[in-house]
Amino acid sequence: MLSRSERLRVLWNRTIDEAILVGVDSIFIVSIVSAFIGAVTCVQIAYNMSNPLIPKSTIGFMVREMTILELAPTITCIVLAGKVGSSIAGGLGTMRITEQVSALEVMGINATSYLVLPRILAALITFPMLVIMAMVLSILGGYLAGTLTGVMGAQDFIEGIRTDFIPYNIVFALIKAVVFAFLISAISAFKGFSTTGGALEVGAASTGAVTNSIIAILIADFVLAAVLL
Amino acid sequence: MIEVSNIQKGFDGQQVLKGISCVFETGKCNLLLGGSGTGKSVLLQCIVGLMKPDIGSITFDGTVYTNSKIDIRQEIRRKIGMLFQGSALFDSMTVAQNVEFPLQMLTPDMSASDRRDRVEFCLKRVGLENAGNKMPSEISGGMKKRVGIARAISPNCTYLFCDEPNSGLDPATSIKIDQLIHEITHEYGITTVIVTHDMNSVIEIGEHIIFLHQGRKLWDGTKEDILNVEVPELKEFIFSSSLVRAAKKVDDESEGGMAALNEEHGGGSGI
Repeated sequence: MLSRSERLRVLWNRTIDEAILVGVDSIFIVSIVSAFIGAVTCVQIAYNMSNPLIPKSTIGFMVREMTILELAPTITCIVLAGKVGSSIAGGLGTMRITEQVSALEVMGINATSYLVLPRILAALITFPMLVIMAMVLSILGGYLAGTLTGVMGAQDFIEGIRTDFIPYNIVFALIKAVVFAFLISAISAFKGFSTTGGALEVGAASTGAVTNSIIAILIADFVLAAVLL
Repeated sequence: MIEVSNIQKGFDGQQVLKGISCVFETGKCNLLLGGSGTGKSVLLQCIVGLMKPDIGSITFDGTVYTNSKIDIRQEIRRKIGMLFQGSALFDSMTVAQNVEFPLQMLTPDMSASDRRDRVEFCLKRVGLENAGNKMPSEISGGMKKRVGIARAISPNCTYLFCDEPNSGLDPATSIKIDQLIHEITHEYGITTVIVTHDMNSVIEIGEHIIFLHQGRKLWDGTKEDILNVEVPELKEFIFSSSLVRAAKKVDDESEGGMAALNEEHGGGSGI
């Protein structure tokens, strides 16, 4: 993939094109999922905290910690594994069975470099951005759910999310986003690129890409937490 | 000129190509003829570099392709244009972008206006000057083949390979595609290799025919010779076509059926 890569300008243009498909087109689904996850987290924590000795601001604290450490990077990437992973595997698989990959190779173009590398780079660039957006929207969702349902006041929530903030947790979440981005894009590209047969196999490749990506994300999630925290 | 020498290729212990040697002549339509599963497409893929032969060598105008350095292989590949069986157009690009793509990738020094002129010229050459903005999903099978030809010739290819260019087309469109390939071959003096099992193509454009059977080359010659050969496998293949059989019958009865068929398809002497 790297030994005979295409010219930098071609690679850059391809990466930007893929970043739009991978990143920009995923903003809507990531926004919806993260806002509702934040909202549900807030409501459910409030439901489980009936002890009057625990301050209400703890809900905001827990929403922030859960969001930054786990929900924003992991759930967002699982959603992206479904959306982006199947798209990469399906797209490459279709190109493979319709001889479009062969057409590139006959032209003397390194098909792996032209098709796979930009997708991986696009995922590495856009996933951390989407995770940052998910963090913000998830905490905002928690805030809106907490205040609009009346389980807590706005002041309590803001106090909670400002309590004992550890900046390293953000770095940890971004490291997770980069690792998950690589796993999803590489696994999906491999599955798509190695497709043989027909339409049935393209479907199987997409399914395999999503399943394997999610398993890889969960394993990597545990390993990263054990190593980096 | 492309020289193929003792090419052997097997899959999972089954030998598909059993030592094929042949020459594809420059400025001619060279047809690789044979039934299904005789190794035509495998041989084509070995020649264009999509597969590596187990044994044997392939030479493009004196430059050895097999087992040579990557730079040499890339250099030769950039002179190759190929029309795939399913056209293999990039479905995310318009027709014009498909034709422009090899120019963008292979000739980075070419200016955008020169590229546009070349695309216009190629599309006009294949009769699709008004289809540039269409997507591949919006055009017919015959048009896709034409776009495939335009894409193959856009970077001034020296070698044109066509994998069953008539598959999925009606007879009238098939003949038009055959004629287009024939014209382009002579116009640019390129070496054209066509994989086919279509006897219409043989009669239409078979200037040099190589017949493969069970992974071996059994015969090579011209369309003028093919109907008089005594190779049983080739005779069986040719006369499995009811059109050829009928023409041969008329020919035998009236001394003119095959000649008329050949004349009708622009051939020279009667066959």
